[in-house]
Amino acid sequence: MNWLSRNIDAVLELTGYHLVIALLPVLFGLVISIPLGWVANRWPVARAILVPVAGIMYTIPSLVLFLILPPLLGTRVLDEINVIIALTIYTVALLVRSVADALAAVPPHVIAAADAMGYRPVRRFFGVELPLAVPVLVAGLRVATVSNISLTSVAAILGVPQLGSLFTDGFAVENYDEIVVAIILIFLLAMVFDGLLLLAGRLLTPWARAGRAVGAAK
Amino acid sequence: MIEFRDVTKQYPDGTVAVDKLNLTVEAGTITVFVGPSGCGKTTSLRMVNRMIEATSGTILIDGKDIRDSEPALLRRGMGYVIQQAGLFPHRTVLDNVATVPLLSGWDKRKARARAAELLETVGLPAEMGRRYPVQLSGGQQQRVGVARALAADPPILLMDEPFSAVDPVVREDLQNELLRLQGELDKTIVFVTHDIDEAVRIGEKVAVFRKGGVLAQYGTPADVLRYPADEFVAGFVGRDRGYRGLSFLESSGISVDRVETAKLGKPRAETVADWVLVLDSDGHPCGWLPPGTSVDGSLTREPLVAGGSLYTTGTSLRGALDAALSSPASRGVVVDEDGKYVGVITARQVLDLIEGHPQAVSKT
Ligand SMILES: Nc1ncnc2c1ncn2[C@@H]1O[C@H](COP(=O)(O)OP(=O)(O)OP(=O)(O)O)[C@@H](O)[C@H]1O
Ligand SMILES: [Mg+2]
Repeated sequence: MNWLSRNIDAVLELTGYHLVIALLPVLFGLVISIPLGWVANRWPVARAILVPVAGIMYTIPSLVLFLILPPLLGTRVLDEINVIIALTIYTVALLVRSVADALAAVPPHVIAAADAMGYRPVRRFFGVELPLAVPVLVAGLRVATVSNISLTSVAAILGVPQLGSLFTDGFAVENYDEIVVAIILIFLLAMVFDGLLLLAGRLLTPWARAGRAVGAAK
Repeated sequence: MIEFRDVTKQYPDGTVAVDKLNLTVEAGTITVFVGPSGCGKTTSLRMVNRMIEATSGTILIDGKDIRDSEPALLRRGMGYVIQQAGLFPHRTVLDNVATVPLLSGWDKRKARARAAELLETVGLPAEMGRRYPVQLSGGQQQRVGVARALAADPPILLMDEPFSAVDPVVREDLQNELLRLQGELDKTIVFVTHDIDEAVRIGEKVAVFRKGGVLAQYGTPADVLRYPADEFVAGFVGRDRGYRGLSFLESSGISVDRVETAKLGKPRAETVADWVLVLDSDGHPCGWLPPGTSVDGSLTREPLVAGGSLYTTGTSLRGALDAALSSPASRGVVVDEDGKYVGVITARQVLDLIEGHPQAVSKT
């Protein structure tokens, strides 16, 4: 592992790029899928279109998406923006259905009670429906995050710098240390962020844990 | 005061859920909407807070058309309690109760203080405020539902089968609690149920609905039981409506008999000839000693036959008749308000009293 100690600065820099490229799309994806999920839950027709389309989007191979986006968007092939947009699409594809399902799972009597208390629609959404969707949302976010952290490395083929670059570089100069370091780092990042999301989800939903404890006791 | 004037609700699929409803709910009373499933009770109730908009007709609250108020604001002025309680699972009990004050812009401290006060009002310990709804029993959730509806001290309370999902014992507790609360708060309450017993128990006025959302009869519980407007109402209030009607006959002037009694723990050595009522040291009835029982030594609970229901003096004749009929000794045990033995009464005596009763059917 001498290689690592000699190149620690470069590796850290690549790790930083890697996280930005992998995690920004999670954030963007979340912000986009909440209204889309709301629309899908609100109108059956919208759901009948959005959910299958999201499923199809998710099946497009990442490399194909990385390559067709530049001509579509008018960006340069090397731009990391292409990767960020591609991963945002995957995240949205994953989350739209989760959001729609989570909103549909809010019990009708809870919604009726909120209306009867005098909630207006927007406040009801953010104050009642969305918080109740958090457990399902967090589950979706964890999948998206892990998947993005691993997919980001594919962008190395386009020459966008991130931890995946260590693969291409390592293969080119036959430096296997470099490849092992990249694999371990990507794995660790996925584990750490998955764990962080799990923890954040727990902290945000103490009520869900109370519910599980009651369920287990019954 | 809530006035329904020619109110009709037709759903988009053509179902007429409420048909030309005309009815006035007096301020400060409990009015019960009762009727079989699907007769439009929920629809009528939800039109009051505009969760459902009437197709035609007008609803006035204290003379003011509800359509002139914004729905959200209108609703904050009316408590609403539903069958499944409908508590917010992600909020603590305290924050659930504080919902409407918070929506109305109270600051958090004040809203929570008010919520804590209300938990006490509905008979829940303050520590329960920190729990989540799943951690409460059905009956406790229902109490929280009532507390939440009362939080902003609305003059009107709408209750849609609030107690139907709990067992009969808890239901009776909750009903009594509601009557006690109403004694203090003096709200205008519209209470929906499909249970005629519950309706006559808690209603000062009862509105009986029939299928198709038609009001079949509107009157005091005693009137509805005694003078059903038609076959439908007579059938709905049931075969034992005469018996239920006894609930409204006060037993003033009931004279009780004496029966041989024995004290628990007192030494006794004999074979008893007739039923002997056994009392504990405070005078509370414990049960009956059947004829032919031999007691040797001090009297224990062991040879006792459980007594029937107890009849408390001053309550309705329904209780008196039930006490007489349910007693193994054919004599109902009469107790005072502290539950102490006063005397016994036979079914014959109760019946004489009923027959001799003036046409006293109006509820006092
Ligand atoms: N959204 C709706 N669309 C169409 N029909 C409806 C709708 N809601 C209720 N109904 C119909 O209107 C009628 C009255 O319904 P409502 O819920 O008011 O009855 P209810 O007296 O409360 O019955 P229950 O005792 O079962 O609660 C029923 O025939 C019902 O099927
Ligand atoms: Mg109903």
